[in-house]
Amino acid sequence: MDVKIVLRDQEFKVKAGMTIRAALKVIDVPAEAVIATRDGELLTDDEILKVGDMIKLIAVISGG
Amino acid sequence: MKCRKCGAKAAINMRQHKLALCKEHYLEWVPEQTERFIQKYGMFSTDDRILVAVSGGKDSLSVWDILNKLGYQADGLYIGLGINGSNKYSDNSRQMCAKFAQEQELVLRIVEVQEQYGETIPEMASRTRRGKGKPCSVCGLTKRHIMNRVGRDEGYDVLVTGHNLDDEAAVLFGNTLNWLGGYLVRQGPVLEATHPGLIRKVKPLFRFYEREMAAYALLRGIEYIYDECPHAVGAKSIYYKELLNRLEADRPGAKLTYYLSFLRAKEAGLFARQIDENQQTLNTCTICGQPTSAPGECAFCRMVMP
Repeated sequence: MDVKIVLRDQEFKVKAGMTIRAALKVIDVPAEAVIATRDGELLTDDEILKVGDMIKLIAVISGG
Repeated sequence: MKCRKCGAKAAINMRQHKLALCKEHYLEWVPEQTERFIQKYGMFSTDDRILVAVSGGKDSLSVWDILNKLGYQADGLYIGLGINGSNKYSDNSRQMCAKFAQEQELVLRIVEVQEQYGETIPEMASRTRRGKGKPCSVCGLTKRHIMNRVGRDEGYDVLVTGHNLDDEAAVLFGNTLNWLGGYLVRQGPVLEATHPGLIRKVKPLFRFYEREMAAYALLRGIEYIYDECPHAVGAKSIYYKELLNRLEADRPGAKLTYYLSFLRAKEAGLFARQIDENQQTLNTCTICGQPTSAPGECAFCRMVMP
């Protein structure tokens, strides 16, 4: 458990070595609803998470 | 994943197009595609005066940015709703619009609902039957009225909104779940002015996924309001978007196909115009001059005149 993922006020921890797509499945966040970023850089879902990564998920769905 | 155009590290992958692009090529691709859609659907030309409805969100600021980049004459219209709970939603969204306009040297028109009509949207909602429960209906009616009024009074040729494909697909989903024939007939990326008091409305982003527009705003460095309107919590449209995204996850392109197939079916005559009764009976409001389905005062004038 060495990668931190943040979505708004929620925080998750997943294992390094998995892809972002796999990590989103683990934390049950639909890939279509977020954009994953690391240090402000946009990441595609095949990016492999490394030890110590801090991934910020930007929620993209809005409406009302 | 690598950019299909240059081989550099991709910033976004669009599974429905089987297309991954780097930042540089994505920021070229989005305006190119927008221009293609503007032309394909005959939305407007460089001679037209365009009014862009901006909320401070990613979609409306992005479409304003793209139109400006493409050389269109586009002014912005911000409507201050007076929704200022703990997250100061309206204050912050106004600030985002004003900052963007200033940085890009664009004209921003501002209409504050409270200044014009004496009440904020939440106040109007608590006073009227229409707003009972949720102010979204009051808000929608007010925004449509003001957008149309400013567009018409200030001589604009067309009103642009930042609706993306997810917005459109969610509305379509709601309309088909309830088989709302009248709404289905009227839904589309170009809404012609069917009455002298109506401004033409177009949605140049209607083929981009919501995720793509967020990526555009982030990569372009557009500061937008990230917080949701406090009244949107639990909104049906968000629920429909979530359902459609589940479908999209298993079948990339499902949302796009759903909406484009609808447009093709509409063009082929699957939805008959006659079923839209309102279309046949548009009247002119005796107070504001805007179109209304019933003779006399329109719903907005009835709402704001106690």
